[in-house]
Amino acid sequence: MNRKFGKTGKTGKTTELKKLNKAETPEKMRIKTTRRTRKLKVSSGAFIAPSLLGVLLFFILPFIVIIWYSMVDNPISANFVFLDNFKSIVANPAFQRAVRNTFMFSVVSVPLAVVLSLILAIVLESKIPFKSQFRTFFLSPLMVPVASIVLIWQVLFHYNGAVNEILGRFGTDKIDWMKSEYALAVVAILFLWKNLGYNMILFMAALASIPKDILEVATLESATPFQTFFHIKIRYLSSTLLFVTIMSLISSFKIFREVYLLTGDYPTDTVYMLQHFMNNKFRNLDYQTLSAAAILMCLVIIVIIGVLFIVEDRFGKDVEG
Amino acid sequence: MKGKERKKAVSKKKVFAISRLALATIVAAFFAILFLMPIILTITNSFMSSSEISSNYGSVFAVNSNGGKVYISEKVNLKFVPDMVSFSQYITVLFKSPKYLYKFWNSVILVGPIVVFQLLVASLASYGFARYRGRIREIIFFAYIILMQMPYQVTLVPNYLVSDWLNLLDTYWAIWLPGIFSPFTVFLLTKFMRRIPTSVIEAAQIDGAGEWQIYKRICMPLCKGAICSAAILVFIDYWNMVEQPLILLSDAETHPLSVFLSKINAGEIGLAFAVATIYMVPSLLIFLYGEDYLVNGITYQGGIKG
Repeated sequence: MNRKFGKTGKTGKTTELKKLNKAETPEKMRIKTTRRTRKLKVSSGAFIAPSLLGVLLFFILPFIVIIWYSMVDNPISANFVFLDNFKSIVANPAFQRAVRNTFMFSVVSVPLAVVLSLILAIVLESKIPFKSQFRTFFLSPLMVPVASIVLIWQVLFHYNGAVNEILGRFGTDKIDWMKSEYALAVVAILFLWKNLGYNMILFMAALASIPKDILEVATLESATPFQTFFHIKIRYLSSTLLFVTIMSLISSFKIFREVYLLTGDYPTDTVYMLQHFMNNKFRNLDYQTLSAAAILMCLVIIVIIGVLFIVEDRFGKDVEG
Repeated sequence: MKGKERKKAVSKKKVFAISRLALATIVAAFFAILFLMPIILTITNSFMSSSEISSNYGSVFAVNSNGGKVYISEKVNLKFVPDMVSFSQYITVLFKSPKYLYKFWNSVILVGPIVVFQLLVASLASYGFARYRGRIREIIFFAYIILMQMPYQVTLVPNYLVSDWLNLLDTYWAIWLPGIFSPFTVFLLTKFMRRIPTSVIEAAQIDGAGEWQIYKRICMPLCKGAICSAAILVFIDYWNMVEQPLILLSDAETHPLSVFLSKINAGEIGLAFAVATIYMVPSLLIFLYGEDYLVNGITYQGGIKG
């Protein structure tokens, strides 16, 4: 790079500068760094290229096509109808039900997912025996494919299943859980079983990063554990709390796999989820409805992530200050 | 007098601390039982003979002539320990009916290439993102983060369209290619690589290493841990997949075991436990060896803004 430097178009300028020996260096340095950065930009950009090409081809490009599809009456005749597809999908009772169910599921499971995993993290933070074993136990559901344990769920929550058996001893009537209004709760239990470990790890990392001296001062000032928790730890946990809430919210939107494995293609009304709706549309190759639904969903997620970024900015400052 | 009082206060505190610890242990034990029960039940039940299974779960999974589920007896008998340990289910699954092993093999074929090539593509891209931070690159990276969070309801539609255009529907390429280019690990690895001190890279440059050599000789060895974490996370994600094959592969023969398990005939419920156990084994083994990597991977994913 040094050898090439003299050959730039600015030769005249450099010879001129050579006379002023001291002024030469910064100018030279500046040109050198811009050249080097440009080279670095290109050579490191080449590393991104394969991934970027793939993402463009498999995600971005077709997504642009979807935006177009969502605004035409059908992909073949392609008459522009603007928002008609969105209007019809919002008016579609099946879509409404799917949205309502998904929303209900989120309302039930997200707060539980956050609170229970925080409790687990706090429990693991205290000096209980067999700590690392307990962590392993809590994490194990994360590794187990849902498909492997739905059998147990079926045994538990069947009409003649174990849960009814136990409840029956207390005089409750038998119900077919997966066909009742509690089906959503059964799915929520499976969802929590699977996802609590993940959130717990995030909380444990956040708890571990709280400065020890502050906690020590609190103990010296004879603060009760509850006081330390609500006045100190919660403040440091706030950004993780938000992150976990939002991630749980997003993963609660994805709920389908569990329902599908428990009930197959045709679930009861209460657990009819967005993905079921989409699957039906795939079967009919109803591109414009699919596209409109996908775009609506995408917008919702973007708004949620936007909230995460904006609020985390504020909360981040709150903790630092 | 005062000393006595203080002693009293201290012992009170001690009692309080001990009871708190006891409570924490009880909570932990309670959850541990809840978390482990389904896994242990599946494993132990896979060692029951088919007659024991049908006498235990006859009321839940009994079969009528149509293959549907009807109820014959009133009671279900959920048992942890089989009356007699029997390997008959495993013998059937492994040697007598090859369709289960075939589906298992489908899963392996589907997941293996995705894990390997996604890590390759993503580690290259993360090196690019970590090595230089410009405006355009930050925008692309941000797009990756957004894309990473998109649920299947959103991403499957584009995937389906492209597979349709390229005539890849009903082939494994329809799942492999979007999987390989999925931005999931780019984020995680970039975050890790940005922590590598520039002085290390500069030292290599002075020694005459090109970008490729820095990537291969310096970045990759330093990121071994992060790559293991990413590999585990990708593996869990795809080993568990249900949505993609349902939509992109119409031929049920080509489905992975994760989808097929839900369709096992009610009459073969004993087999289903054995198959479910076999399906868990790879992930449980990986978990036993790589729990710390998994924990690190999750921790790295936390705090999207990094």
